[in-house]
Order: sequence, then structure tokens, then C-alpha cells
Amino acid sequence: MLQYTIRRIFLSIPVLFGILLVTFVIARSIPGDPCRAILGEKATVEICERFSRDHGLDKPIPIQFAIYMGNILSGDFGESIRFSRPVTTILLERLPLTLELGLIAIFLATLIGIPLGVLSAVRHNSAVDVVTMVGANTGVSMPVYWLGLMLAYLFALVLKDTPFWLPPSGRLTAGLVAIPFYEVWGTGITPESTIYPIVEFFANMYILNSLITFDWVVLSDSVKHMILPALALCTIPLAIIARMTRSSMLEVLRQDYVRTARAKGVVERTVIRKHAFRNALLPIVTIIGLQFGTLFAGAVLTESIFGLAGVGRMLFEAITARDFPIVQGFTVVIAIGYVIANLVVDLSYPFIDPRVKLD
Amino acid sequence: MSSVTKLKESNTEQDYRSNSLWRLTLRRIWRQRSAKVGGSLLGILILIAIFAPLIAPYDPEEVLIGKEDVRKRQSPCIHLLGCPEDQPQHLMGIDGNVRDEFSRVLYGAQYSLLIGFTTVGFAIIVGTILGLISGYYSGWSDNLIMRSMDVLLAFPSLLLAIAIVSVLGPGLQNALLAIAIVSIPVYARVVRASVLQVKEQDFVSASRALGASDRRIMFVRILPNAVPPLVVQGTLGIATAILSAAALSFLGLGAQPPTPEWGTMLGSERNQVFTAPHLVFYPGLAIMFTVLAFNLLGDGLRDALDPRLSQVRE
Repeated sequence: MLQYTIRRIFLSIPVLFGILLVTFVIARSIPGDPCRAILGEKATVEICERFSRDHGLDKPIPIQFAIYMGNILSGDFGESIRFSRPVTTILLERLPLTLELGLIAIFLATLIGIPLGVLSAVRHNSAVDVVTMVGANTGVSMPVYWLGLMLAYLFALVLKDTPFWLPPSGRLTAGLVAIPFYEVWGTGITPESTIYPIVEFFANMYILNSLITFDWVVLSDSVKHMILPALALCTIPLAIIARMTRSSMLEVLRQDYVRTARAKGVVERTVIRKHAFRNALLPIVTIIGLQFGTLFAGAVLTESIFGLAGVGRMLFEAITARDFPIVQGFTVVIAIGYVIANLVVDLSYPFIDPRVKLD
Repeated sequence: MSSVTKLKESNTEQDYRSNSLWRLTLRRIWRQRSAKVGGSLLGILILIAIFAPLIAPYDPEEVLIGKEDVRKRQSPCIHLLGCPEDQPQHLMGIDGNVRDEFSRVLYGAQYSLLIGFTTVGFAIIVGTILGLISGYYSGWSDNLIMRSMDVLLAFPSLLLAIAIVSVLGPGLQNALLAIAIVSIPVYARVVRASVLQVKEQDFVSASRALGASDRRIMFVRILPNAVPPLVVQGTLGIATAILSAAALSFLGLGAQPPTPEWGTMLGSERNQVFTAPHLVFYPGLAIMFTVLAFNLLGDGLRDALDPRLSQVRE
């Protein structure tokens, strides 16, 4: 197991190197001069030269790449050209929201998708099955941003003045503040402390933060703000998970051991849960792992619709503003996250199915 | 006389054989419910795209100011649903630039289908060549090609497409190119898998023993085996390509106004969703139906062309 893990990590290195190379090339090929993009069209040649020198843009491209590689290996993503702040700091500010949104979406998708898939496999060709599959097919065909806009229209405008009203944008109602847990607990952590970025990262997940500080007002408000984006974001993964669960269950339910279990007189619920579902789980877990990519791409669209300042929206803004360091840093982190998610899925196989040997 | 009869016989036999293979496949596809629904939807869409100039009551870019008594972003007026007869009928209302939304949505079908077929066509051609080389020659070329494909697959595809468009500059053509590049790895993998499956089989060795060139073996002997999975993957790929292209246009990176492209139409009216929801609703609905048609057809094709799966599903 350990050996396999180490080998898998080593095997990921060429891919990670490729990711760095592609991101670097893309970021450097974005047309337009970053100096003029940041300082405006009226920046003089001298000012631009100094700007290039300050940001290392005057060195030959291979050397720029080597410097960039070295910095990334030491965890330094450089400084945003637009904000003049370290990319890592910006990332730590933006990531909690995207992470919170993504986790809620994948949680909802799994929680609803798997039971629906199992149900439609067990009641194959019944009304439940047909409705679920029509729904799932419609779900994967919907543009995320359209669904988001329609949900916002329905819940924020049509259902206004009803208990079902939900806010169409933002993270908290104006006037409400999520007080970080380390302040509530009086830990004495200040922005100068070494662990500040870490605690601030978790404090920025408003739902988690308000949960551990027992701040029910902020909790209910942030949950309300999160429902619509999470709903929009979870639709496609939900549909994919439901479809995969159904086809995987259908395949398993035809196996001899399922028939044997039934013939032995095992209760149907146990047959489904223990004999069939556990064996159908591998492809389902694989497909859930693959959804992280969909979620990040969806986050770009969802965050821009619901006015959320997360990683996706920042990345999009950075691309249009030619802020290379942010584009590079964020893309690399997202791609690495994707590689890690798939590694975790691979490593989970032996736990789900003891017959799987990793070697 | 006898030779003529023989010729005729062999002709009919050949006709019969090719006919039956095609017919068998088509019948198998048509037996799938999802293929039937998807195929019919797609048929309707293709008809709409072809006959848009005949069906559409207005030109999609015609501004109606001064020509009709209509307001900017006016709600739909349908005579059957009680809209006064003396007012001009606009089934999907009027857009932000005082154009007939219904006509624009109809013309949008042309763009969507064009986007789907060209991007996937391009990706299939490049992916097939890469997959063939990679699977047939193995060794370093295989390693190089497949690792590059792994790198492309390591990025969420829409993000990579956004990044590529930002390099190439916004516009429909560049968006199509970006989506095509991003979709290449899938097809390369599908073709490579098929090549590996058949390249050691007897009919390939026989062809090689007869002195056939590598190119002939690859394209004439091996490639036909990859066609069924390519068709399935391609149909599902068109669905994804249309969704991605619409997303890029929505973000302002794809087709530019006044092009009646659904994603662009949605994007330019997104801030008006609370005041003129119809301008967001209809283009999105159109995207959904088109993508749904390809998804259903792809599902049906997969069930029909892959006997292992169809057993499970039937």
C-alpha cells in the first residue's frame, strides 16, 4: 500500500511538471503587455522597463521558467501584479469559499444521487426509474449558469414574501459579520502569528466557523446564501452519480451471488445493501472523484452568477486582466487538487473492495 | 450469358450483405428508446437550423425600432394566449436591442449544431491520428503522446478552454479551436485502446505478411474497429462541446454580439433576469434541448453498439 502510494506520487511528477509547463506557456502567451494592462496605456517606456525588471519579466523565458519552478517548489507562487500581494495570501482568502461551496455540492450530489440511482436500479423500468433517468439526462444537459439564474429568479423574486425566499447573491446579509472562531475563543492569535493563515483559512469557511462558535444567526444566514449556488453546482454531478449508480447496480443485481442470496431467503434490503451495493461501489466512487474537475469549472460560472468572491471568479478576472502570477498559481493548485483527488480515489479502492490489490 | 447472370448474382449478394449490415445496426439503434427520442429531437433541430430563414418571422439582427410598436425587453405576446390581435405577435418577446427573440433563438440552432460538429470533427481527426500512432508504434512515441494527453486531462476542461481563448483572443473561431484542443485526449484514448485490442490479431499480421504498408494497416485494417466507440464518444462529445461553447460565449469569450448564439444571448441579458426573465429562459432552454438530444442519442448508440452494455440495460 505504502509502496504503491509512493510509486503513484512519483508517477504523478511528470504530469505535474507538464501542468506547470502548460500553465507557464499559457500565462506567457496571453497577448498584451502586463505593464500596460496594469499601469495603463500611458505608462512610459522607462516605467515599463522598471516594471519588467521588478517582476523578472526581462529575463529569457527558460530562465523565467526555472525561477518559477524553483519558487513553486518552495511554496512561493509570486506576487499578484494587479494587487501587489502574494498569490498564496489571495489563494488562502479565496479558497475557503470555493471549497465550502464545492464540498456542499458534492455532498448533496452524493447524498441524493446514490439513493436515486439504487432506487431506479431496484425498480428497473418502473415509473421511479423513468422519472429519475429523464431527470438525470435533463440535469447533465443543463447549462449551470442558466440553472443558477433561473433558481435566483424563482427563489429571490417569484417566492419573495414567502418562507421559501432565498438571497440571490453574496455570502452574508449586509450588516452581519462572521466573527472568526479564534477571536470568539480569545486565543490571542493576531495577523502576525505564524499559524494565522491556517486559522484564518478555516475561519473563512463561514458555515464551519459559525457552527463551532455557536453563532446561529450567521449560520442560518450563510446556509441560506449557499443553498442556491450549491443547488446549481450540484446538478450535473448529481445526475452523473445517479446514472453511474444505476448502471453499476443493474450490472451487479444480475450476478449469481445476488440470486443465491435471494434464494437463501436473505431479506431484500440486506441483499441490496450488503450484497449488491457494496460490489457496485467502485465505479461510483471513481465517478465521484472525477466530479472535482466539473466542480471547479462550474465554480467559475456559479461564483460569477451569485456574486461570490471565490477561486473560480478570481481566476477568470485574472485571465482577463493578464495577471500571470495569479493565473499560474491558481491553475496549478486546481490541477494539483484534481490529481490528488484522483489519487485518493485510487487509494480508497482496497478499503471499498478488499479484493482489489494495489501493486 | 452465364457470366452476366453470375455478375448479377454477386452484385445482389453484395447489395444484400451491405444492406443487411447497415440495416441491422440501424435497427439495433432504433430499438433503443433513448436513441429514438434523441434522434427525433436532433432531427427537429436540424430541420429548424436548415429552414430557420423560412420559419423565423423576422431577421435575427433586425432592430424593430420605428417599424413596430414594441418596447425594449417586452414580454412575449402570443395571440392564442390572449395577447390583443392588433399587437404584433412575438412568441418569445423582444430582446434588449429591440429584436425578435424567437427569430434569434431559431437561428441559434445553426450556430449550436455548427459548433458541435466542427469542434468534435476536428478533435476526432487529430485524436484519431495521435491514438493510431500511439497505439501502433508503442515505445517513446506512445509515452510522449499519452503523457501529453494526461497533462491536458489533468486540467478541468472548461478552465483550460478559458485559458486557451485568453491566449488566442475572444471570438467564436478561437473558442471552437480551444474546445477542440481540450477534447482531443478523449478520442486519442478511445482510438489507442481499440488499436491495442486488435493490432496483434491474425488479420493484421496477415496484412503485414502480404506486405501492406504501416499506413494502410493503420487506416484500412485497424481504424474501422475504432469506429463504433468513436461514434458513441463523438455524439456525447458534441453535447459537451455545445455546453462549453455556450459557457465561453456566456462569459464573453466566444461568439460576440450581435451573433444570435444562445450562450451570447444569455450572457448579454443575464443582469436582466429579474426584469425580463424570458430573455434568459428561452436561450437556456434551447441549449438544454440540443444538449439533451445529443446525450440521449449517444446513450442509445452506446447501448446499441456495445452488446455487453445493452444486455445490462435491456
